Amino acid sequence: MPEQPSGSAIAIREVSKVFGSGSDAVTALAQVDIDIRANEFFTLLGPSGCGKTTLLRLIAGFDYPTTGEIRLYGDDIAQLPPYRRPINTVFQNYALFPHMTVAQNIGFGLEMLGRPRAEIAARIDEMLRLVRMEELKNRRTSQISGGQQQRVALARALAPQPKVLLLDEPLSALDYKLRKEMQLELKRLQHETGITFIFVTHDQEEALTMSDRIAVMSKGRVLQIGTAHDIYDKPAERFVANFIGETNLLDAEVTGVDAATATVRVKGTTLQAGLPEGFRPTGKATVVIRPEHAELEAGGADRGTLGGLGGVITNVVFFGTDTHYYIALDGGGEFMVRRQNSRGAAGFASGDRVGLRIDPGAARVLRD
Amino acid sequence: MTAPPPASPRERQADRSAARRNRWLTGPAVTIVALFGIVPLLIVLVYSFLAPAPYGGVQWKFSTDAYLNFLFQRDIFSDALQFSPAFLLIYLRSFVFAVITTLICLALGFPTAYFMATRPPEQRNWWVLLITIPFWSNLLVRTLAIMFIIRDEGLINMALMGLGLIDKPITMLYTNFAIVLGLFYSFLPFMVLPLYSSLEKLDFRLVEAAHDLYATRRQVLWRIVIPMSAPGIVAGCLLVFIPALGAYVTPLILGGGTHLMIGDLIAQQFGSGRNWPLGSAQALILMAAVLVALWVYVRNAAKGGKHG
Amino acid sequence: MAERGPLDLKTQPGFGKVALLCLFLLYAPILILMIFSVNSGSIITHWEGVSLHWYGAALADGDFHSAARNTMVIAVSATVIATLTATLAAIGMTRVKPWRGLGAAFMVINLPLMVPEIVTAIATLSFFALVAGKLGLNFGIGNLIIAHTVFCIPFAYMPIRARLEDMDLTLEQAAADLYAPPWQTFRRVTLPLMMPGVFSGMALAFIVSFDDFTITQLVAGPGQTTLPLYIWNQTRRPMTPEINAISTILLLISIVVVTASALIARRRKA
Repeated sequence: MPEQPSGSAIAIREVSKVFGSGSDAVTALAQVDIDIRANEFFTLLGPSGCGKTTLLRLIAGFDYPTTGEIRLYGDDIAQLPPYRRPINTVFQNYALFPHMTVAQNIGFGLEMLGRPRAEIAARIDEMLRLVRMEELKNRRTSQISGGQQQRVALARALAPQPKVLLLDEPLSALDYKLRKEMQLELKRLQHETGITFIFVTHDQEEALTMSDRIAVMSKGRVLQIGTAHDIYDKPAERFVANFIGETNLLDAEVTGVDAATATVRVKGTTLQAGLPEGFRPTGKATVVIRPEHAELEAGGADRGTLGGLGGVITNVVFFGTDTHYYIALDGGGEFMVRRQNSRGAAGFASGDRVGLRIDPGAARVLRD
Repeated sequence: MTAPPPASPRERQADRSAARRNRWLTGPAVTIVALFGIVPLLIVLVYSFLAPAPYGGVQWKFSTDAYLNFLFQRDIFSDALQFSPAFLLIYLRSFVFAVITTLICLALGFPTAYFMATRPPEQRNWWVLLITIPFWSNLLVRTLAIMFIIRDEGLINMALMGLGLIDKPITMLYTNFAIVLGLFYSFLPFMVLPLYSSLEKLDFRLVEAAHDLYATRRQVLWRIVIPMSAPGIVAGCLLVFIPALGAYVTPLILGGGTHLMIGDLIAQQFGSGRNWPLGSAQALILMAAVLVALWVYVRNAAKGGKHG
Repeated sequence: MAERGPLDLKTQPGFGKVALLCLFLLYAPILILMIFSVNSGSIITHWEGVSLHWYGAALADGDFHSAARNTMVIAVSATVIATLTATLAAIGMTRVKPWRGLGAAFMVINLPLMVPEIVTAIATLSFFALVAGKLGLNFGIGNLIIAHTVFCIPFAYMPIRARLEDMDLTLEQAAADLYAPPWQTFRRVTLPLMMPGVFSGMALAFIVSFDDFTITQLVAGPGQTTLPLYIWNQTRRPMTPEINAISTILLLISIVVVTASALIARRRKA
């Protein structure tokens, strides 16, 4: 196996997790490899049941992997119990101790580490300042709001200055507005503390806005790792393209391949499409085009200049900042185009005949 | 797809040490109940196949007389077995009493539990406490309280005579009526509490939905509420029926030794009857009846589980 | 138009009256018994005036004292043993990965609830007779303590188990995550959170032991009279209001313990 790259905080190597045994065995993780860099905001993104929470629990130590290694700055920690790992967790339901005050919760980890009282007290105050909760220090955790509980959970997990902070869908219980606020707050905290964050979510928008890098997971496997831009603009697989953002998937015929692009024919039109790294397609393939990477042209009679794709608008849905146009393509299939609503721009209506102009470099071939 | 990898040594070790720890923790309680709760039942089983000793206890001699004596009596002179339904009648009477008690408890307990479940939460807590207190109060004392009231010179008769409605007291104590009254009074909370906990979980939006679909109050009750609280009804009936069938204190005090139930019959064999094997056999027959009732319950619960 | 509250579709006509009738039936006999306990006359059914005379008479009675002492010795011992073992068992059996024998252990612990009391009574009697006969062992009042412990265990077990089941497993994971080794996790998180369940279990175990009549009556040897047995013996003589006084004391103890336990349970939910 490749050595751990220098600067990576967590290295996950060939990790599998099987629950149950015999015919009841369920493979929650299959041969997962991930490197998470120090000081990175790293997100595990996927639908429920994809294995992201299982992976987080293995890193925290609540479960042991069936195979593989989990390295923390080079040391294999996969067999250590959670209380011997310098890693702390923010739980989905916060898991604040109901019989302790806010301050007692925050100080718990340091107390268990046997730190002097004065240091603990100072650190509790520092943490309360960090999450802006000074005035609620002596409240019971049952007497504070959900958003406040969230902050206490963060403060409690950050207080012992862990090397890595794990966050298990921590924002899912909050309402929309508070969630937006906490997203910024988390980014700020990560920036200020310089701690590596591993964040688990099923919310693609949350993942795109917050993360330095994202691992997209499905059915116990990691499908793609990359920056938000990489994942959105260059999805490598159908699942990734579908799960993140809205997508148009078109059947295509590969007619030629060079270093990084392929020439494909889609419904009689020739397009240049980008390729996933190290992928050489032949024959039939699927091409993905994001809805905002196509422009509508009135008429659509002159197919040659318009890239050849055209059709009839079947539905127009207004979204405030933009409008979605659903087009029944000539020769079958549906295509959706998203247009910014700017003043004075020409509108289209249902039943209009339109041509599609695909932005150069927007089309990509998928690996599947 | 390839077979999943076998569990790692660490996974197995963690599971094994957890299982070992949990066995040790559970050990003391299980040992006490097994040694002093189950072993005695096995001894009863053995005793039921032995012969009685003259002054109580047993002779270590195999005999099926105890079971034969349950239905037959040996003629003193000819030594022939004659059918003797005395014990069987006591069992039948106990069964009938237990069924009647269960039905009365259900008839009064269901409306009570429903009423409790539809109170505002604050009031519900008080109702539950009010029903719970008799549940945990001394059964002997509560039964004596009933006795004081229904005696010839008890409050009811005094009041009726004082009002001039009757000239001489109505005999209520030491009658079948007294026993059923006592059983009802003893076990009513056993019906109300499980019914309440099942009705409390009922989603009353279903009631609204039924009304929306033109059901009347009574139709809602019979078509929605009762079917949905069936597990609670079965549990409540069982919790009343089983102790009522084996009741000992109630017939002892309110039956006055003349209206025997199974419980007193068994106790008698271990007391004045001095026939421990017979008492053991009678106890096992009672246990068998209880197990049948429990089995019916478990089977029902399993069926109910499949629905949701 | 007159203001009307929302139509209450949940109510069923007449059910409220039945509920009140049930309360009346449950409490009237107890209240009458209590009222007659402060009757000054010596005939149990004849009211002559208010007096605590019979309480004084009961408390001055040496037999009553020894019965009370026996009851407390038995109830306290059985409660302590039952609560301790039931607590350990609940920890080993609740929220754990199923281990071989878990189902059987659960059945054993709950068995005393399924067996009719009279059967338990004669079985225990037979057991101790056999132990005394074959092994020559007699534990005196220990026999009663053992017999009571057996049926106290499931009563103590139930609320502790319920409490543990309600408890969030992630709380203990959070403690472990914050560097608490298993013993500290138990001492600082599990134990304090399960205490209300332990108190409730303790209260129930105490009450069922304190009130037991059937099993005690059959198992008790000479000189092992408990309060319920004492009351029973009183009923077989010409009865005086003293029996009402003692009964009232027993009822009040049950009511206090049950109410306290319910209040503890309610506070933990708040």
